[in-house]
Amino acid sequence: MAQPDMTRIEAAGGRPEAIRLETLRFAWPGRTSFRLEVPEFRVGRGEKVFLLGESGTGKSTLLSLICGINAPDRGSVMVDGTALADLSAPARDRFRAERIGVIFQMFNLLPYASPLENILLPLSFAPDRRRRVTDPRAEALRLTGALGLQDDLVTGARAAELSIGQQQRVAAARALIGAPALIVADEPTSALDTARQGAFLDLLMTQAEAQGATLLMVSHDARLSGRFDRVLDLSEIAMTTRGAG
Amino acid sequence: MLLPALAWQSLLSRRITVGLTIFAISLSVALFLGVEKVRTGAKASFADTISDTDLIVGARSGGVQLLLYSVFRVGNATNNLTWESYQDIAARPEVEWIVPISLGDSHRGFRVMGTSAEFFDRYKYRGGRGLEMAEGARFDDLFDAVVGADVAAELGYRTDQQIVVAHGLASFTEHDDKPFRVSGVLARTGTPVDRTVFVSLEAIEAIHVDWKNGARIPGQQVGADAVRQMELTPGAVTAAMIGTTSRLQIFGLQRWINDYPEEPLLAILPGVTLQELWDLIGVAETALVGVSAMVVATALLGMAAMIFSGLAERRREMAILRAVGARPWTILALLSLEALLMAALGVLLGMALLYGGLFAFRGWIDDSFGIYLRITAPSLRELWVMGLVLVAALVVSLAPAWRAYRMSLSDGMTVRV
Repeated sequence: MAQPDMTRIEAAGGRPEAIRLETLRFAWPGRTSFRLEVPEFRVGRGEKVFLLGESGTGKSTLLSLICGINAPDRGSVMVDGTALADLSAPARDRFRAERIGVIFQMFNLLPYASPLENILLPLSFAPDRRRRVTDPRAEALRLTGALGLQDDLVTGARAAELSIGQQQRVAAARALIGAPALIVADEPTSALDTARQGAFLDLLMTQAEAQGATLLMVSHDARLSGRFDRVLDLSEIAMTTRGAG
Repeated sequence: MLLPALAWQSLLSRRITVGLTIFAISLSVALFLGVEKVRTGAKASFADTISDTDLIVGARSGGVQLLLYSVFRVGNATNNLTWESYQDIAARPEVEWIVPISLGDSHRGFRVMGTSAEFFDRYKYRGGRGLEMAEGARFDDLFDAVVGADVAAELGYRTDQQIVVAHGLASFTEHDDKPFRVSGVLARTGTPVDRTVFVSLEAIEAIHVDWKNGARIPGQQVGADAVRQMELTPGAVTAAMIGTTSRLQIFGLQRWINDYPEEPLLAILPGVTLQELWDLIGVAETALVGVSAMVVATALLGMAAMIFSGLAERRREMAILRAVGARPWTILALLSLEALLMAALGVLLGMALLYGGLFAFRGWIDDSFGIYLRITAPSLRELWVMGLVLVAALVVSLAPAWRAYRMSLSDGMTVRV
């Protein structure tokens, strides 16, 4: 398990930032000539940041880098005070499991498992996060209850039988369980109709706030940005280049 | 514990394709192990054709040839064993019993064998089982005949039926002046006995008294009643079965017979020669094992193809697992575990099919083919085969699992479906 690097925490001024990217450069190996550069991007602890960007502007790539699934070609990614580059690949996977909750645009869940099993999934990869939860099942049901899902829906059905809105709420509960430091949401509401988008965001934010989690959400829909502490356009922090072809 | 649960649920969610794959594996495993069972069963039944007979004696020729004509009634003797030699051997102190075999005539495609009534006591098969009468009794009168189960079934014979023996094996001349009465029908044995008509040694002599060199002696007709008054000691027999007083004396007696000065003779140990014969026809057995092994390989390749084809639609699943903290190795392990589970279920189902089939068809196989299949716990060799199937499944699954590993590394959280 990676311990936060104390010298870096002090350098950041006492408390570590939730996210800190510096002189980042990344290109997908071999596949396309797409390249992403981020000179600097910081998110404070407990901050709720809305990152606005059209699709295809490198949002998902940026999130993959922050989550440590992909490693940058140059520059550094620090999450919760830890430089991901210092971690081995397995340690990065473990770090992600322990510290980050991820919500995708849609198809968040393993379709064959029950919603409850989906929610408990990250705990089996993150022993520390597991320890913070005394009764995982009760905690999962508490979260889904708070997100407006009925218990029998969570324990009984298979994930594939839920509506998209219900699936997104289950995904939110999975991201939140065990109180990870950072919640990363990649267009979590774009599969929902407009009326439900606001309600979903409210629930998500309330729970994130209650856990003191940092929330980073990317979306192309500026109308959702209202309740965030800070709203940024991706083009303000990142440069993307796309070669011919 | 998470991984097995995930693998299991993932398999359950694709129960049709997974079920078919498992079924294919189970059929191949059942076939392979079934071939094993039939192979060992056939070999055992073959070796069981004759037991408790220590030596078979005939005129000097090849050991396999002697075994073929004396026990399997295949082919012909090149020469006979004179009655004097037969008596000399019978007089040896090592000989506990001796039963003559006289061949040469046939009845509607079945061999006729002249022997003594003692044959029915001395002939043992399948590790000491004796002959039993299904109907009627052993021959008592000179013109009594006992028929094997196949003879009775194919020709529809019952006791008291009149039959006529033909001279030679494929001839149109019949000993129709001296008809026989079926005195009894033997129970099925799964040995060549089933396809044999038994008459007494004297009867063989009796139907040939007025014959010489394969034809009737003109003008010398001896009636069935007249022949009863005659001396019917044979001049020669085809072969003889011998039991010794002690197994220790078998080799000594065999050497004595093989060195017999009056006539070139050959004595064989039926078990040893049966083994030689099986080695000759065992090539087919190897081919059978090879073919069924290929069927298992095909089923496993089918499973790999099924996993491969599922990878594209499961990329999302891989991305989700990666996002919640699964390592790429976890994904590789998950896919291999699924393959292993399918193979294990296939093996178990295959065993169930095999043993179910054995229970259901064992009697029928014994009756129809004379192959007695023993129902025993899986042998060490079968356990090896099952283990090998699992290992092969694991190896085969590594190809799609490795591809999933590569995909999960390159896809990251962004899935390009």
